[in-house]
Amino acid sequence: MLRFVLQRLAMAIPTLLIVAVTVFVLMRLVPGDPASLMLGDLASAGQVEALRKQMGLDQPIPVQFAMWFGNVLSGDFGRSINTGQDVLPLIFDRFSVSATIVLLAVGIAALIGVPIGMIAAWRQKGALDLGIITGATLLLSIPSFWLGLMLLLFFGLQLGWLPVVGYVSFGQDFWAALLYIAMPVATLVLVETGVITRMARASTIEVMQLEYITHARAKGLSEPAVLWRHAFKNAFAPTWTIIGLILGNLLGSIAVIETVFTIPGLGRLLVDSIYARDYPVVQGCLLFIAGIYIVVNLIVDMLYPLFDPRVTI
Amino acid sequence: MSARAIGFSFAQANGIIGGVIMVVVVAAALIGMMWTPYDPLRLDIMARLQGPSAAHWLGTDEFGRDVLSRLMSGARTSSWISLSTVLFATIGGTAIGVIAGFLRGWADRLMMVANDALLAFPGLLLALGIMAVFGASRNGIIIALGLAYMPTVVRVVRGVVLSIRELEYVEASRVMGNSEFVTMARHIVPNCIAPITVLATSLFGWVLLAESALSFLGLGVPPPAATWGNMLATGRPYIGQAPWLVIFPGLCISVTLLGINLLGDALRDRLDPRMRR
Repeated sequence: MLRFVLQRLAMAIPTLLIVAVTVFVLMRLVPGDPASLMLGDLASAGQVEALRKQMGLDQPIPVQFAMWFGNVLSGDFGRSINTGQDVLPLIFDRFSVSATIVLLAVGIAALIGVPIGMIAAWRQKGALDLGIITGATLLLSIPSFWLGLMLLLFFGLQLGWLPVVGYVSFGQDFWAALLYIAMPVATLVLVETGVITRMARASTIEVMQLEYITHARAKGLSEPAVLWRHAFKNAFAPTWTIIGLILGNLLGSIAVIETVFTIPGLGRLLVDSIYARDYPVVQGCLLFIAGIYIVVNLIVDMLYPLFDPRVTI
Repeated sequence: MSARAIGFSFAQANGIIGGVIMVVVVAAALIGMMWTPYDPLRLDIMARLQGPSAAHWLGTDEFGRDVLSRLMSGARTSSWISLSTVLFATIGGTAIGVIAGFLRGWADRLMMVANDALLAFPGLLLALGIMAVFGASRNGIIIALGLAYMPTVVRVVRGVVLSIRELEYVEASRVMGNSEFVTMARHIVPNCIAPITVLATSLFGWVLLAESALSFLGLGVPPPAATWGNMLATGRPYIGQAPWLVIFPGLCISVTLLGINLLGDALRDRLDPRMRR
């Protein structure tokens, strides 16, 4: 058990390192000198030179990378050029907002999508299956940001049931938070339910074709017993992996939903910082989100044996 | 008629519907290249924010530009960008994937570690990072999305190459004295075409969605040029007074994506024997 965990952790290290190199190189490709960007146009050449020295920009690139990565590992992501704030606390602050929305949405979508997908697979090629698969394909063809705008138009502006923009955290006021978060979460739930339903259906169908299902039926087990004990249980494992991927992927594209509903999340921070050319923040966000994605996949992998009895660790 | 037979015709019907939708979109884009009801960039402040009417079928925007004309021009821009990106990602990814799968050994392992690390950037993130460097522009998007999706192609192609490189007919080609290059070009690459076609179809959908999302965030094709994504972005502040500005561009994206998804499912059923059931 411990061995597997350590091995899996060791495998994540080169990935993390290359992700860090990629982010570092990307930010170095940005036209312009970071020091003069930080000081603005009015700084003298001497000031820029002094800051370059202080930031280590006069060192060779590999040394610069090592210094930067060392800082990152010790939790120092640098400071925002525009506000002077430390980047990491800023990221954590915004991340809690995005994580709340994404976790809620994927959790609800999984609770709806997995059973529906399995039912579709059980009734494969029947009317119910065709209805479900058509609905799921329709849902996943709608861009989340447009669906969000349509919900906003209908429930927010036409009916006036829900607040249109903004965010209240659950810590501040639970019921208000629920109202504010309802539409962004519902939007993501609708889109991701389509994805999860199709995935759950496909993996259940795959399992149902295997010989041991035929065998279970042949030995006279009742249909519910075959489905519950043999088919659904084994079909959930691949779906579980997809749910993990969706979780991470949503963090990478949450900016669009945060833009629709004007929510101060991590995605919005990243996009705003790109506009403002606030590169330490951009760099921090890229690294943080990619890091979270790697960690989420790590956790998903480690929990995998819970769902797939064939895999033991 | 048995349920199975209905299912079969249902799958085919879906493929046909998908195909028809794509033909309509491509036709609209092609017509948009030569003719639109109005000049998509012409301002007419007197006619701003008008609802759908006989003169402007889908209404006008905040500058009085004709929405239908802009949608047609956007169809051209969006499909052109998606097509270029898919070609870029597919050709680059196939080349790298074939080479990696064929070389094996440490070179392959090194390429795969780098590839997997690039795959560790979720969703739009890598594209957002690259856009931060290149700035919002048409070519910037093609490069950003192309690089962001290339690792996926590499992965798929390498998998296919690995699965066929040890097959007997490939061995036979070597025994016959063909060079590695000829073997690769004649016997391995053609066998990658079916899975690549399936992948490229899905890729087209992902890229179209990603391009709309980037444009919606203001990091895509800059105005005044129209794309469906930036029309949504510029229409958003007027959602209360002129809902048609956000309804129609999104509808275009959704219908096109639906077409691609249906077509993609049908292609996968036909071309990918592992998925056939």
